[in-house]
Amino acid sequence: MTKKQKKVLIRIIISTVLLAVLMILEKTGILEKLPFSRWTSLGLFLIPYLVIGYDILKKAGKGIIKGRMLDECFLMAVATIGAFALSEYEEGAAVMLFYQIGELFQSVAVGKSRKNISDLMDIRPDYANKEVDGSIEKVDPDEVSIGDIIVVQPGEKVPLDGKVLSGNSSLDTKALTGESVPRSIKEGEEIISGCINLTGVLRIEVTKEFGESTVSKILELVENASSRKSKSENFISKFARVYTPVVCFGALALAILPPVIRLLMHAAEGPMWSTWVLRGLTFLVISCPCALVISIPLSFFAGIGAASHAGILVKGSNYLERLANTQIAVFDKTGTITKGEFEVSGVHHNEREDEEILRLAAYAECASSHPIAVSLRKHYGKEIDRSLVEDYEEISGEGITAKIEGKTVAVGNEKLMRRIGAEAIPCNHVGTIVHIAIEGSYAGHILIADGIKEGSKEAIEHLKKIGVRDLVMLTGDAKSVGEAVAKEVGMTDVHTELMPGDKVSEVEKLMTGKTVKETLLFVGDGINDAPVLTRADVGVAMGALGSDAAIEAADVVLMDDDLRKLVTGIQISKKTLRIVYENIALALLIKLACLGLGALGFANMWWAIFADVGVMILAVCNSIRALRVPKIK
Amino acid sequence: MKKTYKIEVDCANCANLMEEAAKKVEGVASCTVNFMALKMIVEFAEGADEKAVMKNVVKACKKVEDDCEIYV
Repeated sequence: MTKKQKKVLIRIIISTVLLAVLMILEKTGILEKLPFSRWTSLGLFLIPYLVIGYDILKKAGKGIIKGRMLDECFLMAVATIGAFALSEYEEGAAVMLFYQIGELFQSVAVGKSRKNISDLMDIRPDYANKEVDGSIEKVDPDEVSIGDIIVVQPGEKVPLDGKVLSGNSSLDTKALTGESVPRSIKEGEEIISGCINLTGVLRIEVTKEFGESTVSKILELVENASSRKSKSENFISKFARVYTPVVCFGALALAILPPVIRLLMHAAEGPMWSTWVLRGLTFLVISCPCALVISIPLSFFAGIGAASHAGILVKGSNYLERLANTQIAVFDKTGTITKGEFEVSGVHHNEREDEEILRLAAYAECASSHPIAVSLRKHYGKEIDRSLVEDYEEISGEGITAKIEGKTVAVGNEKLMRRIGAEAIPCNHVGTIVHIAIEGSYAGHILIADGIKEGSKEAIEHLKKIGVRDLVMLTGDAKSVGEAVAKEVGMTDVHTELMPGDKVSEVEKLMTGKTVKETLLFVGDGINDAPVLTRADVGVAMGALGSDAAIEAADVVLMDDDLRKLVTGIQISKKTLRIVYENIALALLIKLACLGLGALGFANMWWAIFADVGVMILAVCNSIRALRVPKIK
Repeated sequence: MKKTYKIEVDCANCANLMEEAAKKVEGVASCTVNFMALKMIVEFAEGADEKAVMKNVVKACKKVEDDCEIYV
């Protein structure tokens, strides 16, 4: 609790004790026996009232002076002063007391969820160990510039993005990705800020200033997320703007009209002013819209916090809200559904050993930077002695011929095989096929495929289960490859051989085929798909750790490579929205019921207090539930 | 230029009032107050003196809600 909250708590305790004593005195009839009983008890009840309510009265007064009537303080001041004027001292003081209890509760709850969320996102580094002339200095991360060398000890946070100069270690990226398995890092690799160094000492050359580092970008994003208001939030603030004056005039009408009518009709019991004014005041207390005004942004705030804890950055409440209604999910293939890396997945139709075929292919491709060549060399894994390769010739669009250890080896596609007169055997698997011929005769082929990511299939299944209607995959790849992948993971539709611009028009076509309420989601890896990310209702970039472009362009960022996170994100969104609707329904139902009962005279001031403060406390408690991440079932 | 300041304020509505008030200060191009994160993000107009502008922002905010704090 802050100092301010403690002060209010003390005032609440004092005032509660005083009020309790006074109520006992009143019930036992002692107050009535005092001289000038009416005025004395007014004075006595004013003490707890002023102790608890002086600041509200002050604020209400200021509001009137500034011409800003009809805020909460004003409502409370009018209702309580009115109660006192009607000799309902107890109620007057109690309403103020409960109002303050509710306010305190709300402020503690907001503070707590604020703290929860900042704990979740506890990635801000406090210092950096800068190496200066061989010795280490502790400095503010802001003071480190590009090219400086920093040292990160085990247990410390990596303060800035950079490249590891020396050291091996494993990194805890839980705060960034929600992934609890540590990642290993070694010399020469890029390292991003916000991870925690676990085992070894790392010397890092800084490549980005603090303000540009991953950690700053992420913090900025999460902190600004709730500035983009969701539709529900906008609805409530608009609603409150209309609702408050309507209820105020309603209260006024309730207090004045019935007595006036009774007066005109010469009713037997007289106009009954005090009864109706009291009903009007009850009406006022019930009407206070605070339960809605506070609990809805709080729910979204908590939902965004829960999402970032799971490694899902949501850039605004509006996106979190739209996510729940996902009907169409469009996926990029490479890097999203598949790993985006080519891997050797098999050697077929060969008489020689697999090892030998792969070795020859890797040697032949020793000088090429083509992704296929890279994957062949990677798979071979051993060092390549280039002196064994002679007469290297690259035939553009076909492949490579070279002399390896005296033998002529041709590595390439079917065209190349035809050129040298070898008969290529086609492959019935999907992927890129690298044919090999040795001394002019066919020796088999290597299948290189972009493997489907672990979890992609499961994620698609879950998406279907939680109500996503259309799952569409877009790819620039060949028809056979694209369709096979789409079928494998269970897409409902696939469009292949698209140019980057075609992806935008495909998404636009899908956008026209849906209603405004339905959400179209695009998931990509953020590379080359920025225009589509912006065009979709919600653009999701994945595996964006350290990729500025993706963080920039997307509305939702999945911090690691796992498509299952998307399911979690949608579930968090659904849960948050459910809580929001529960709160709206709860608050409006109870309030309307109490308003009705109040107008008819069945609900007294105590009911009103429940309808105001009680509902708010319930709503706030409910909102806090959004902090918990739902499990994928 | 954009700068973020830590603020202290008690209610969401007061935060909105602060935002409105700060927007009207000369030299402020735009301003967002984030009640949940307790942050004020001020974008200054071209060539504005940041310190002088913030002084006025604080003054304007205090005027609408005297129970607020901006840590400049």
